[in-house]
Amino acid sequence: MIDTFAQLAHGMAVALQPLNLLYALIGVFLGTAVGVLPGIGPALTVALLLPVTYKLDPGGSLIMFAGIYYGGMYGGSTTAILINTPGESASMATALEGNKMAKAGRGGPALATAAIGSFVAGTIATIGLAFLAPWLVDFAVRFGPEDYFALMCVAFVTVSATFGDSPIRGLTSLFIGLTLGLIGIDKLTGQARLAFGIPELLDGVEVTTLAVGLFAVGEALYVASRRHHAEEKLEPVRGSLWMTREDWKRSWKPWLRGTMFGFPIGALPAGGAEIPTFLSYSTEKRLTKHPEEFGKGAIEGVAGPEAANNASAAGTLVPLLTLGLPTSATAAMMLAGFQQYGLNPGPLLFAERPDLVWGLIASLFIANVMLLVLNLPLVGLWVRLLAIPQPWLYAGILAFATMGTIAAKPSVVELSMLAGFGVMGFLMRRFDYPIAPVVVGLILGPIAESQLRRALQISLGDPLTLVQSPISATLLAIALIALVAPFVLKGLGRFKANED
Amino acid sequence: MTDRAPGDPSPRRVDRAGLVIAFALAVLAVVLVFDAFRLPPGAMYGVGPGAMPLVVAVGLGLLAIGNLIDALRGNMPPRESADPKPVLLILGGLALLIAIIGFGGGFILATSALFVATSAAFGRRALLIDAAIALVLSTLIFLAFDKLLTLSLPTGPLERLL
Repeated sequence: MIDTFAQLAHGMAVALQPLNLLYALIGVFLGTAVGVLPGIGPALTVALLLPVTYKLDPGGSLIMFAGIYYGGMYGGSTTAILINTPGESASMATALEGNKMAKAGRGGPALATAAIGSFVAGTIATIGLAFLAPWLVDFAVRFGPEDYFALMCVAFVTVSATFGDSPIRGLTSLFIGLTLGLIGIDKLTGQARLAFGIPELLDGVEVTTLAVGLFAVGEALYVASRRHHAEEKLEPVRGSLWMTREDWKRSWKPWLRGTMFGFPIGALPAGGAEIPTFLSYSTEKRLTKHPEEFGKGAIEGVAGPEAANNASAAGTLVPLLTLGLPTSATAAMMLAGFQQYGLNPGPLLFAERPDLVWGLIASLFIANVMLLVLNLPLVGLWVRLLAIPQPWLYAGILAFATMGTIAAKPSVVELSMLAGFGVMGFLMRRFDYPIAPVVVGLILGPIAESQLRRALQISLGDPLTLVQSPISATLLAIALIALVAPFVLKGLGRFKANED
Repeated sequence: MTDRAPGDPSPRRVDRAGLVIAFALAVLAVVLVFDAFRLPPGAMYGVGPGAMPLVVAVGLGLLAIGNLIDALRGNMPPRESADPKPVLLILGGLALLIAIIGFGGGFILATSALFVATSAAFGRRALLIDAAIALVLSTLIFLAFDKLLTLSLPTGPLERLL
């Protein structure tokens, strides 16, 4: 307990250095500016802005990342409220009520409750992170390679199968990611796999190339392909930006309840912020004193899900920082950010580089405060960004997306891969396959494989080692249940439907 | 979820795109198996580099079957019509970008080509104006990243003038 405070104070001392404050400010600003663009979610925001941090030292870059992370989240909710295009499924609930509020001329209070709710939730969740992390680290140092492997199996299953619309589609995405993760030189034996004699493939598939291809290029292609359907409409922010007494009264409880949903679910390796946001939405709908407003712009329906969304974003940092386990596409991009400096999040990083880890956690607090102070006054600027005509917007997004790849590796092969992943992202959107599992599969697949092989080397090739450790046996059982459950539940659902 | 309620009059039709997806997954599995058998066996203890590809291949094979069943039952989620023209236009822009970078045309020309192609795909017809905007914008990006952040972007005839 005391230790956490001391570490956090140390982290604050790192984060409050003028240069680091400037990095956090740039991160928050860029994160919001990019995140506010329609169709760009937090994961893509982080991926697009990775090149900006290439030349910084790891500490400064991670602090900028913290700002980009929260800024991207906030930008996404602004878009959801003002043009009803949730950049990601976690903003869907916000779009549901928020856009209706904006249409009714209450866009200001909707943005305000989203911003303040995000701040409240982000702050509470970051405190949760600071206290939970050391405890989990103590636990995680006892993990052997077989336990890590089992933990990753849990993450694979929950990210792809358990909570998606269709387990088959989710698992298909995951296995495409795992396949991509196999490409390149095997780290243990130096053998080239799936490289087909192309030297550029020996290094493996770059996570940023995959993410930018799937998210940016794929999204641009998808939106272009269905441009003939409907134009999205930007709702102007009319009237007062400020929340009335009544708005405050109706918002504070949903903020806290949303946080209670978001943080634990985000912190469990369960992946995604969709579940907590929808749980929060349906809870608020049930508890509200104004049920007639739901579906027509109820402020509770923005306050709760937004808080849940932000709290779960901070929650996903718990497994990421303590176990090196990304459970969302955004967390996978954060992990890529660590890896570009050869840093591997986990118990070891807490021991070896406490300044980095605690500096990052402290920066999350600071980024939250900056967002609160910056966003409402700057809302006019964000709205103007939203008003960029679609052709220039997507042309600009693609120009920036390819620039990241060109700056990292200006090769024809790498750029062709970017285009190829773009086509893949387009097809996955068109045929409704989830995208996050591909990214998680690519980044986690090779780690899971090396843990498994290390475990088997230690046990002299005896696969029973996977079930002999109580931790790994439990985790594997959870993974199995999480894998089978959706199929069983679906079967039950069908059974019920037949009963009627 | 995508299951239709029993008694729904709409007939379940085989989804052809779904068949192609299932087939592609099966092909990917076969490629993985071939590549894995090309690798030498692992060390004395534990598993070699070929084990994981085989596991992934088995998974892909099973998923190919799962996707095949969904496609045959017509269980794919519904989708709206798509216009192929803008998609091809953007891909053409990307191809142009890759070609210009490949032949040493430099960042500014390459990015401008992609910009104009994309904005045309989204319905803009004022190509000359867009080309001018693209050139100015990509020059600014080039200057910001090359000079300010000292990231090296590929140079061509235009960049050498700066």
